[in-house]
Amino acid sequence: MSYLKCLRSKGSGREYPKKALYVCEYDFSPLEADYDYEALKKDLTREKIEKGPLSLWRYRDLLPIDGEPTVGLHSGFTPLIRSKYLAETLGVKELYIKDDSVSHPTWSFKDRVVAVALSRARELGFDTVACASTGNLANAVSAHGAKAGFKRYIFIPHNLERGKVLGSLVYKPNVVAVKGNYDDVNRLCSEIVAKYPWGFVNVNLRPYYSEGSKTMGFEIAEQLGWKTPRHVVVPAASGSLITKIWKAFKEFEMLGLLKEKLNTSIYCAQAEGCSPIATAILNKSEHVLPVKPKTIAKSLAIGNPADGYYAKDVITSSGGGAAIVSDDEIRDGIKLLAETEGIFTETAGGVTVASTKKLIENGAINPNESIVICITGNGMKTQEAIQDVVGEELFIDPTLESFEATLHTSKTK
Amino acid sequence: MAIKVRIPTPLQKLTNDQAEVEVTANNVNDLIEALEKSYPGFKTRICDEAGKVRRFVNIYVNEEDIRFLQQETTAIKDGDEVSIIPAIAGGC
Repeated sequence: MSYLKCLRSKGSGREYPKKALYVCEYDFSPLEADYDYEALKKDLTREKIEKGPLSLWRYRDLLPIDGEPTVGLHSGFTPLIRSKYLAETLGVKELYIKDDSVSHPTWSFKDRVVAVALSRARELGFDTVACASTGNLANAVSAHGAKAGFKRYIFIPHNLERGKVLGSLVYKPNVVAVKGNYDDVNRLCSEIVAKYPWGFVNVNLRPYYSEGSKTMGFEIAEQLGWKTPRHVVVPAASGSLITKIWKAFKEFEMLGLLKEKLNTSIYCAQAEGCSPIATAILNKSEHVLPVKPKTIAKSLAIGNPADGYYAKDVITSSGGGAAIVSDDEIRDGIKLLAETEGIFTETAGGVTVASTKKLIENGAINPNESIVICITGNGMKTQEAIQDVVGEELFIDPTLESFEATLHTSKTK
Repeated sequence: MAIKVRIPTPLQKLTNDQAEVEVTANNVNDLIEALEKSYPGFKTRICDEAGKVRRFVNIYVNEEDIRFLQQETTAIKDGDEVSIIPAIAGGC
């Protein structure tokens, strides 16, 4: 039984069939999955969800597929960790880390969206899937697609971190490195999709793909005991994750699944070299102006954010805010999370930690209220970013004498 | 010689299924008016009520986003290529 009704234009509100469509023919606004909420109100309960699988598919009734899920059966349901040392360092009382750096199988929240996109791609009859990606999505489509038996075309900017390139190649898809930045890749893909009968997860499957991000929000609420936190800090590239975490909270509220009233503010974390959404929020400007990205946070290097306006609306209406952090602050953020919580995140996570620190220091977030930070990816993929700032190992001879001599004279930096 | 305009799939119904059309214009505003003349209904699709290009429409002149140039007043000349593309998403 599926509650997926149709696709609906976010702008004009017009209804579209639940096929591989992604843009409203009337005003070019994105299409979004729409559900039979009246039936869901009757059928969906906390108990039903709690009895579900320990994966993102426990929220299947709120995901856009018709039949049973077939891809990513072990993705999602990542830990929500109560922080001790990071909370102390930042001077806050109640801090949680939503840790998608350990998502199955490719260590980023993109495993969620691809699980949903490829389950739907199969229902729609595609045998080939593709994506435009800054790396994490590439890895997730490559891996999930291998197991699900899809032919795969992965389009990436030519200058990605080696870990992210290798992390796609190993699953043997067709990896196409485009001489340009992500926005160039994305644009190329929007032209390819018109010509080839492929399921592009972030283009013509986007209404399905993007719904997968809601599961991060569902999990945060369920793991907090069916409550939402007072503040959530989310990294932004296209801005999609911000809008979907908010949608998740709103859906739970509408369906009566929350034990407390929804009172959450959402914050946007971006890097100095690519902050179109955060800049618009901080300047209170009406428009989200595109930029040419230049930052070590390559997974957030989208200068022309498709969901920028919607993300800005969510942040404003939830009473949240934004922070912009430098490359050095990003590196410090990565190290701080590793040293205090034992979690090694990629550059996007560094942006989130550094932004959280800034939002607390400048008083935007009250240190006495509950905070969740979204860690969306794993640090092993972006080692280049911090290799010069993590110190060096101590080299010794294989003797006790050499060990003790070194022990007394030096320590790792 | 004229300006080549690449038409996105959702608008090809208006251009008799042509993915590429040719028009003559001096800037992007002119180009939109010229397209409207040849393919009635075109303008209301890519522009809002105030006549500004909709926020989910990206226009490129010779591969560059017009928001990095002079927006709708960006000059164009014969031989230039213009693409009209809906905004799409990736990353987080």
